[in-house]
Amino acid sequence: MNREKVIFGFFIILALTLNVGFVFGDIDNPAHHEVIELFLAIVVSLICTVLKFGDRSHLGALLLATSFVADLQLIAAALVWGYAEQLSAQGMTDAAMASVVSLAAGALVANIISVILLVVETASIRR
Amino acid sequence: MNTLLYILLKRLRKPLIVLIAVYAVSTLGFVIIPGVDDSGQPWRMGFFHAFYFVSFMGSTIGFGEVPYPFTDAQRMWTLLGIYSTVLAWLYAIGSMLGLLQDKGFLRLLTTRKFAQQVKRIQEPFYLVCGYGTTGRDVVKGLEKQGYLSVVLDLKQDRIDALELEDYLHTVLGMCADASVPEHLDLAGLQHSKCQGVLALTNDDNVNLSISIASKLLYPNRMVVSRSENAITTANLESFGTDLIVDPFKQFADYMGLAAHSPQKHLIIDWLLYPDHRSIASTYKHNEGRWILCGYGRFGQALSQSMRNELTDITLIDPNLSPKERLLSPMTSGSEGSVVSGIGTEANTLLEAGIESAVGVIAGTGNDADNLSIIMTARELNPTLVTVVRQNHDSNALVFERLKADFVMNPGRIIAAKILSHLRTPLLAEFFEHALSLDEIEARELIQRIERTVGEAPVESRAITIGVDTPAVSRFIEEQGGLTIRSLMKSPADRAKALRCVPLLFKRGDSVDIEPGELTQLAVGDELLFCGVHDAISDQSWLLENDRSLTYVVTGNEQGNSVLHRLLNGVKG
Repeated sequence: MNREKVIFGFFIILALTLNVGFVFGDIDNPAHHEVIELFLAIVVSLICTVLKFGDRSHLGALLLATSFVADLQLIAAALVWGYAEQLSAQGMTDAAMASVVSLAAGALVANIISVILLVVETASIRR
Repeated sequence: MNTLLYILLKRLRKPLIVLIAVYAVSTLGFVIIPGVDDSGQPWRMGFFHAFYFVSFMGSTIGFGEVPYPFTDAQRMWTLLGIYSTVLAWLYAIGSMLGLLQDKGFLRLLTTRKFAQQVKRIQEPFYLVCGYGTTGRDVVKGLEKQGYLSVVLDLKQDRIDALELEDYLHTVLGMCADASVPEHLDLAGLQHSKCQGVLALTNDDNVNLSISIASKLLYPNRMVVSRSENAITTANLESFGTDLIVDPFKQFADYMGLAAHSPQKHLIIDWLLYPDHRSIASTYKHNEGRWILCGYGRFGQALSQSMRNELTDITLIDPNLSPKERLLSPMTSGSEGSVVSGIGTEANTLLEAGIESAVGVIAGTGNDADNLSIIMTARELNPTLVTVVRQNHDSNALVFERLKADFVMNPGRIIAAKILSHLRTPLLAEFFEHALSLDEIEARELIQRIERTVGEAPVESRAITIGVDTPAVSRFIEEQGGLTIRSLMKSPADRAKALRCVPLLFKRGDSVDIEPGELTQLAVGDELLFCGVHDAISDQSWLLENDRSLTYVVTGNEQGNSVLHRLLNGVKG
């Protein structure tokens, strides 16, 4: 068993599960979406990105790319949330919530691809 | 992305993760820990404020507690956060600085920079592997001929020395093993402007692998290689190496020539080294016995070379065993032709019969010994011809003061040979023919050159009619004949002759040394001139400018504009 692989797999799957957890629920209902979960999803996604640094293989490059996409989407979601809470006059509206969740849902797709790639890579090792 | 960035990211993985984790935990802590607002109501910090606070806490510490004064619990968390974020930053920055000072990383950086600089070269250049005495001389010589050089050497201090030399153009250099094709590739082996590869390291195997790599990739590209033994030489020849230089043989031939044929030696010397010795320095050549100190590889090659010329030699070497004495062909000569010792003491030299010898060659690998041998020998016999081998460049000053008849630096000699080959293969051909001259003919030739050139530095130039001589080709086409003499008149005043001498005339396979001045030229002929710098550069006018050429041949100053030609054409 390779400790590095365990950590790597752990973080990638954790990024996916946190993301799913956040997106799950009605798209425009703020009560269904926990801000701490979004925060954790961002942190884990960033850690995943750093973990993927330095792999020169083709698959590694693709993994890094999906991670960048997830980061981008999640940070955009956080920014929208911050804008709605702190700056906009109306506060958190249903529409703002919907756009936050839809951005996070985009990140979810990237995270799913990331996990699929991980599975493909694991399956291709014949040992 | 390139290797450099990958390594940077890979090494910074851990510090970055620590940094992210510390920031995440601190931010989360502020969100979770309850606080109170200015009216005493319970209040919780949002992620926005928490991240804002942690961001400036980590880097600056001291914006105050925002947006409301903190509770004790929040202050405790801040305390923890301050230390952990500062430590995380120190760790991250420390790793980054450590990486930038890492030897391996730095090497990678310089290699990359070097490769990029090589890639950007726009002018023709030579790839020189090995930057010893020979390498340095070759690089300097190439620069004079207008070529750039790219240098590979195993030793970093030699590459550092490159920067200290005052070259007109920066000579690119890298510390790398030249026997690795990858390094050669970085240094421009596959570059379209690379004119040739010079393998000048002191390791035969390295030279061999350089030559093979170059010949495999570019069969037509010139390869010059140094080779110390016959097996390597044969191997190099087998795949068509353009010039193979054996330092021992080269040096021995050259030194031997100085000993038995000073006139021919002077001709070659003048053409190889621009700053030549005066003609008076040729001693009166005496037939007689020579003493050779040092019977190492140089000594063996030298005695071989001298024996071919039927010169009698006495050897002095500390390591000659009695068995070797028996086997040595020298013993077949005169009695006592092998003496054991270094040659620095008077009694060894006396034993070798210094009083009756005509010359002494100090050819050991130790410069101090060589100096001492010459000094002692001269005291015992002031009329001796002295030849001394200089091993290290740094000793040039003392060797100059020694005022020996010949100072020979093996590295220099090889460099001169290579440079003359690169400049004009015709010069090498001339040397071959010059060696077959007898001593009187050689004397006449050297006197002729001396009359023309005097004390000025000698330069040489090879001309191929039709290739680099547009004016001459046109003239021959239009007017018919042109003699060599026409190319030796001054374009400023046709009554004056240029200070140059034609050395070689080649038409097809027939080669004429010292051609007559009335020889008629035809397209395809090759000519070799030597002369003073001004003459050689003035000659370019005759070769390239129709007007100058017409003037020196006919004496008419005519216009040569397109209009003039058209008018003449209409008239005719």
